[in-house]
Amino acid sequence: MQLSGATASQLLEAMDSGEMTAADIVRAHLDAIASLDESVGTFLSVDAEAALTQAAEVDRKRAAGEPLGPLAGLPVAVKDNICTRGRATTCASRMLENFVPPYDAHIVERLNSADAVIIGKTNLDEFAMGSSTENSALKVTRNPWNVDCTPGGSSGGSAAAVAAALAPLAIGSDTGGSIRQPASFCGVVGMKPTYGRVSRYGLVAFASSLDQIGPFANDVAGAALLLERLAGHDARDSTSVDCPVPAYSQSVDQPLEGLRVGVVQEYLGEGTDDDVRSAIETAIAVYRSQGAEIVDISLPHTKYAVATYYLIACSEASSNLARYDGIHYGHRAEQFESLVDLYAASREEGFGDEVKRRIMLGVYALSEGYSDQYYVKALKVRRLIRNDFDAAFQNVDVIVGPTFPTPAFRIGELVDDPLQMYLSDICTIGANLAGIPGISIPCGISASGLPIGLQLLAGPFEEEKLLRAARMFERETDWHTRRPSLSQ
Amino acid sequence: MVELSNEDVRKVASLARLKLSDAEIEHFAQQLGGVLQYVHVLDELDVSDIEPMAHAVDISNVLRDDETTPSLPREDALANAPKTDGRYFLVPQILENA
Repeated sequence: MQLSGATASQLLEAMDSGEMTAADIVRAHLDAIASLDESVGTFLSVDAEAALTQAAEVDRKRAAGEPLGPLAGLPVAVKDNICTRGRATTCASRMLENFVPPYDAHIVERLNSADAVIIGKTNLDEFAMGSSTENSALKVTRNPWNVDCTPGGSSGGSAAAVAAALAPLAIGSDTGGSIRQPASFCGVVGMKPTYGRVSRYGLVAFASSLDQIGPFANDVAGAALLLERLAGHDARDSTSVDCPVPAYSQSVDQPLEGLRVGVVQEYLGEGTDDDVRSAIETAIAVYRSQGAEIVDISLPHTKYAVATYYLIACSEASSNLARYDGIHYGHRAEQFESLVDLYAASREEGFGDEVKRRIMLGVYALSEGYSDQYYVKALKVRRLIRNDFDAAFQNVDVIVGPTFPTPAFRIGELVDDPLQMYLSDICTIGANLAGIPGISIPCGISASGLPIGLQLLAGPFEEEKLLRAARMFERETDWHTRRPSLSQ
Repeated sequence: MVELSNEDVRKVASLARLKLSDAEIEHFAQQLGGVLQYVHVLDELDVSDIEPMAHAVDISNVLRDDETTPSLPREDALANAPKTDGRYFLVPQILENA
């Protein structure tokens, strides 16, 4: 059995049957990282010794007949904006290059108590701000399907790690599409849960009303299994919602009867790549052939989503990132004239361009005389966008469409045009503004050989329906089994 | 057209506590001007009767019992501080002759 590239279910089965040990599995993935990651650049840090120790502990427990957690022995890559106690958490920023958190994020505790093996921390756009991972101050991550292309972002390292078969499962965070868009670019499954479904405790804050942690996997069942473990109430995040977590991994294979699938015309507008459009049309036909009813719907405020999103996200970011002052933790300038100058010089040296740009936009949008015109207005339009989704879900169970208007773009292509980069987020940001769950699954390969993602959206807390609907497509197609051919 | 002068950008940078170089000021004036120009698309909408939506989930005032729980030991809290004397975070002197 080829261990690197296998799905979570296959690996669990191989361990259950005694065919493989957790140590075999972790070693195979560490070997894959050692031979391939130089060309992809997904990991910022890998702790092979800790991973092997953890795997040995899983094997010991199994041999002793002790109870094992649901992710026992499975390697998981974690985005480097999620705190790991005693282990660097850099946010791919010079500001936090040497930051070692004194505590674990809630989801890290959940992974550890499920006997998962955290294999390494993955690259991202600095502080999760970006759509290409090019804003990382520490490393370039490449798309495993074509190393001249970006893996998407901001969770580009996690998506590329799964695509390159360096881990079967990974964790990302999604503020405006940062899980779904890189999943689409890299040809893997990536899911943003409902806001409040997964605790944000220990996730380094970017835009607190939009951020949500979620799973990556090489199939829908893997995403279901991982989400089941991540989800649940945590009193340390006051926006974490206390409602039961369904057994997603048990129900994911059950098709939905009488599924009503909404197709949003606004998500297939001008600028949609021809290959993407035809892959989405084919995917819609797959649902129709399984008895689903296809309904054309409209989300009339879609054209305002990008402006709304950037005003809100940057405003919240400017406030959240005010904590980096060169005093409590993070980078501190050597040369300064006064206390205020120490703050300003430390921040100037510690933050990259995109982070500065967004802080500046946020400060401007919140500043005296402008906040009604920008920030408060954006909050009002946010409600209109949410109302659009509420109305749509009166009529349909899920909404399907492209995750992104194009396949992966080339490294450097959009780096000097931030507005163009922002505008392409049109299909993903609605879910963050409305707080609803979304998933991206592989649904095609472009003429240029790059993956295309199908996005499904559902109403709040309907992750179970979303996963089952995603699996209905996956079981009829083989796109999720395609892997890039990577050489060393 | 939203025109951001270098002076406007300098003021925002000062509020944001960012010590930008002159080249950065110039660069950001242009890029931020473009983004601000774009967000005025929202002016097409009449939102005077709409309640602002700060959060996706309707939760307010989550309270907990007022009980002491374990918190970070001082040593851990100071472990990442760039400058500390082992008891406090150190800042530059802010009062003269203190």
